[in-house]
Amino acid sequence: MKYTGAEIIIKLLEKRGICQLSGIPGGANLPIYDALSKSKKIRHILARHEQGAGFIAQGQARSNGEVAVFLATSGPGATNAITAVADAKLDSIPVVCITGQVPQSLIGTDAFQEIDSYGLSTPITKHNYFVRSAAELLEVIPEAFRIAEEGRPGPVWIDVPKDVQNEEIEVEAFPEFEGKAPSHTPSIPKIITMSKLINSAERPILYIGGGAIHSSAHEEICALAERLKAPVVSSLMGLGTIPVAHPQFAGMLGMHAARYTQKLLEECDLLMAFGVRFDDRATGKISEFCPQAKIVHIDIDPSEIGKLKQPTISMEADLRDALDALLPHVLERSDKTWLKRLEELKERFPLETPNAGSLFSPYGILLQSAKMLEGEFFVTTDVGQHQMRVAQCFPFEKPRQWMTSGGLGTMGFGLPAAIGAALEHPEATAVCYTGDGSLLMNIQELALIAEEGLNIKVIVSNNDSLGLVYQQQSLFYGKREMASRYQQRVDFCQIAEGFGIEAIDLGKVENPQSTLEQAMKSKEGVLINVPISVEDHVFPMVPPGGANHEMICGLKETAQKGALS
Amino acid sequence: MSAEWTTLELKVNNHPGVMLHVVGLFSRRAFNLEGIACLPCRDDRFSRMWLRVKNDSKLPQIVEQLKKLHDTREVREHEASHEAFERLEQFFGTSD
Repeated sequence: MKYTGAEIIIKLLEKRGICQLSGIPGGANLPIYDALSKSKKIRHILARHEQGAGFIAQGQARSNGEVAVFLATSGPGATNAITAVADAKLDSIPVVCITGQVPQSLIGTDAFQEIDSYGLSTPITKHNYFVRSAAELLEVIPEAFRIAEEGRPGPVWIDVPKDVQNEEIEVEAFPEFEGKAPSHTPSIPKIITMSKLINSAERPILYIGGGAIHSSAHEEICALAERLKAPVVSSLMGLGTIPVAHPQFAGMLGMHAARYTQKLLEECDLLMAFGVRFDDRATGKISEFCPQAKIVHIDIDPSEIGKLKQPTISMEADLRDALDALLPHVLERSDKTWLKRLEELKERFPLETPNAGSLFSPYGILLQSAKMLEGEFFVTTDVGQHQMRVAQCFPFEKPRQWMTSGGLGTMGFGLPAAIGAALEHPEATAVCYTGDGSLLMNIQELALIAEEGLNIKVIVSNNDSLGLVYQQQSLFYGKREMASRYQQRVDFCQIAEGFGIEAIDLGKVENPQSTLEQAMKSKEGVLINVPISVEDHVFPMVPPGGANHEMICGLKETAQKGALS
Repeated sequence: MSAEWTTLELKVNNHPGVMLHVVGLFSRRAFNLEGIACLPCRDDRFSRMWLRVKNDSKLPQIVEQLKKLHDTREVREHEASHEAFERLEQFFGTSD
């Protein structure tokens, strides 16, 4: 039977089991949209900006661990998609971006909406393709999915010129999608050496990251921690791997870690780094990060091993496979001294969440709204103070509940990512914790909450500022506030209503507590604006470039240390 | 040739984007790339690429990153004095 390139793309996506995808049509991808119009299996979600489409795909992929797809046209469609794809690269999220391109006869002529999408996407993707014939699509599409999910996941970009989309070829059989190739089998001698090191440690800590989520190693991690009576610290990306309420969970490490977390790390003699990449926001000044500790590093990506910190022993493996192999060799420990030390430090140097009882304090709104959630839920954030606060204190229960832009730190991530999660999990509640600065960066996607009838709670901690910028200017730039306060206030409730969704200004309602409770428990999408003070900073904070033990715990201390000039 | 440099031999898929992938990797990760030579193999589905790179602490990371490129089929490390570049040098001797 004869198929056009565009029909081949859609047919293969159907075959791969894609049932909903987001995107925006334009001149150079109209044949793909025409083929999509005939699909009975794929539902299209019309984003309002290609960056939104990319983050919707990320929300889908992050919430269920499957490869997600989005579509964009050439030129500005492609350039708009770049931020979302780069974000997926840094957080290792499996996303396939398919862009239209001008016909090959026009390539290189500065044609209308022509941009070198292949060149632009090279440094921000795991792999990318410029497709030269319809026949190539039969190879490229399945390979793109395999690359996106195999090993360390990541985004793949496929650029398809319009003439390739229109080219008709005879297709006898569509290719099968191959599963992931099995990862390296953990070597037994190495496992034994590793277990000896672990068994001989007195104060071991598990330091877990996004790799733990990607490899679904949460059960093995809990089992190992419990057997060793060892505390578990998490990077921003690893949150949710073990429940925050677990007595051995010792918080998020790094720039905004609680003081007890940092002190515990200073005392550890063995750091078990599992699915982490020693990011600077996690380690602080790396030469002073856990200087006493021996390091066991397990990661699926060999280039991460020894990239920043030389491990005592390492293994290139899928974390879950490695831990499965390791667990039988790890001895059960009865000595709880080290866990008691965790409790002691936690009591003396807890995470401080000032005014957590007030709905109008930055921590209060997060903690109170969290308590009101019922049933299955997903949490996304944008980037800034609210993000760090959610990371510090939100009671995550399981992996994939938490979605945030970790590596790239993209403001504007939260809303479209929540939309992606809500599309994949219509029975769940998706909460997007955001700030006024971040929300403005992809606010156009509010339209989808109404259009798709999504149960998303957008909670805006509103200080009319770029709060974390203001905080840094207050702490490290002699209080010289520059371009971090908005002169023009935005009425987010009016905007939300303009997009057809319900809105609540918590500062103006008679009974904020019950209003919030009702909103959190409803099945409807709603925007909740919460006025907060810009003078409430996120603490602790390690000055950028500083060592983690140099953390600042409050304004007073900053003044004492002379950080305020 | 001093041990300051080392020679890498790559077998890569032969298509127009490969060179961009390889040189882009060097520039964006701030790796030193002193010389590059590339021609298709006899089996023209592949190309052979010779790289002269700095022999410093970043070298293992460079090799790992090169292996991660999907168009890279093989990476081999040679001594600095490998003749691929020594023989080429006669074409690059002068500065004018």
